[in-house]
Parts: sequence; C-alpha cells; structure tokens
Amino acid sequence: MSASLVGIVLVSHSAAVAAAVAELARGLAGGGDLAPVLPAGGTPDGGLGTSSELICEAAKAVDRGAGVALLVDLGSAVLTVKALLAEGDELPEGSRLVDAPFVEGAVAALVTASAGGDLDAVAAAASEAYAYRKE
Amino acid sequence: MGSDDVTDTFGAGFLVRWLAAVAEDVDREADRLTELDSAIGDADHGANLKRGFAAVTEVLGKEPPPSPGAVLTAAGRQLISTVGGASGPLYGTLLRRAGKTLGEDAEVTRERLAEALGAGVAAVSQLGGAQVGDKTMLDALVPAVEGLRSSYEAARAAAEEGALATVPLQARKGRASYLGERSIGHQDPGATSSALLFAALAETAGAEGVA
Repeated sequence: MSASLVGIVLVSHSAAVAAAVAELARGLAGGGDLAPVLPAGGTPDGGLGTSSELICEAAKAVDRGAGVALLVDLGSAVLTVKALLAEGDELPEGSRLVDAPFVEGAVAALVTASAGGDLDAVAAAASEAYAYRKE
Repeated sequence: MGSDDVTDTFGAGFLVRWLAAVAEDVDREADRLTELDSAIGDADHGANLKRGFAAVTEVLGKEPPPSPGAVLTAAGRQLISTVGGASGPLYGTLLRRAGKTLGEDAEVTRERLAEALGAGVAAVSQLGGAQVGDKTMLDALVPAVEGLRSSYEAARAAAEEGALATVPLQARKGRASYLGERSIGHQDPGATSSALLFAALAETAGAEGVA
C-alpha cells in the first residue's frame, strides 16, 4: 500500500450496513491495490447508533498521512463527526466529513482514493454521486 | 465556606460539584425524560444522559481538572464519547466549547461562565443548524444563558420557562421533526434536560453561597 493514499471511514447507525457498504465498495472498486477503507457502524455493544470511539479508531487505522474522508449515513452520525471535527483532536490531521450519498459516495471515494486522488479529489468524487439520477 | 458568606468567583471544584448535581438530577428524572422522548423521539434520552453524566462524574472524580475550563472540556469530551445519538455531540459541544472559552483561568465569575456557555450555545446552534423556536434544547439554553447574566436563579427560571414554551411548538429539527404536526403538544426532551442543567447550577450556587 502506497504511503500517500487517502483513508476512508464509513459511518452508519448500523454495524451491518457499514460493513456491507465497505465490502460492496471494495468489490466494485476494481482490481489492484485499494485505499484503506473501514466501517464504523453502530454502538460498541452492537446496537444501532453512532459511536465516536469506533469512528476515531477506524479513522486512525486508515490514516496514511494523506487525510481521511468520513462518509456518514444520517442524523446523529452527521452530528457526531461534525462535533469531533469542530471541537477535538481525536480525529487524525486532515480528516474531513464528506457530503455525499452513503453507498454511491463510498464507491466513488474508494475508486478515487485507490487511484491516488488527494482528499479534495476524493471528496469531490463522492459528492458528485449526488448528481447521479435514477430516473 | 459558610453559606452566609457570599462570593462572586468560583474554581474548578464548583463546576465538578455542579456536574455531579446534574448527574443526580438526570438520574432522578431519567424516566420522565425517556417518557417525553418516547412521545416524539426514540425513547432513549433519559438512559443516554444518565449514562453520559455518570461517566462525567466518574472521570472528574478520578482526576479533578486544574481549572474551570478544563472541567468543562473534559466533561464535554466524555459526553461525546459515551452518549450515542444526537444528545452526546450536542451536550458535548456545549460544554467543550464553553471550556475552551474559559481557557486556563483558575477562578471565574458568573458573568464569565455566562459568556462561555453563550459560546457553547452558539456552537450547538451551528452544529445542529437549529434556532430558538425549532423545539430543541436551544429553546431552554438561549434564555438560560441570557438569564445567567443577571443571576443563577434567573437562569434557572428562564430555562424552565423555555422548556415549557416548547409544548405548543412544531419540531423543525431532530427525530421529532419527522412527526410534523404530531410533535405539537409535547414538551421537548432536550429542552427539558437543558433546564435540569441550570436547575442544578442554581442549586449548587445556592448551597455554596456563590452569587
């Protein structure tokens, strides 16, 4: 794994959703080396919710020094990541909340990060997924 | 200090005792908070806050921080990491931003605390994108901070009044906003727990002769 890839954290209220979306993104991102991507879903005891502890652990684990893109599903996942970014030093330097749809954004982010895109490029690719209309 | 001595400054210990009083009040009122939250939310507000403030009390008891600012910063960090849902980040942000605003001063006044909590309230408003009138904790917090510029009692009364004033409002933020008009007629759980914070502050100040 190159030392300069952007890391990705997928934050969902559900551990299963976060893990499955991570697996889906890996499966769709093509062959070759992939950027580090980890799920941070649910609460530490396995319930539905968000856990700053799990989010911070995952962010540290995917940090390669090129920044960390955090994708979130809804509600308090957004608040938790924003609170961590605004007030604290728990998240690695260069962590960013990415405004993107969760599933499509995760795939786009992983593809772009794996191709060596920087944090701006990863965030832009994930956000662009909002423009993909299904009808 | 004797209760007949009145002082207008306080140190870290006062805020530690305030947060311990909050933990007691939240513990006592947990069922009521959960009941309010089951009407318009996801019925976990009481349990979440109980767990969060118990953890705050434990952390502050283990290693008392050196300054009022450090007390609030440590408490806020603890709330963000132990309380899931929206209330952890929101209350955590309130206290952490207030703590940072107080800085490292060893003694602060009520006016300084009002200013610091005001900064915390602004951060909460920014984080959740809510304003007064949206049927959230801000409906109690904003008037409470305003009241705190006059006295601890004024802050308590204003917070209580603000919480009651959420009953006829329609929720425009948070889980309750999904209910639309059905959120009308219920008191907001977040505003109710915010009022508890200021009731505990007035209790602690009264008991210790801090004006």
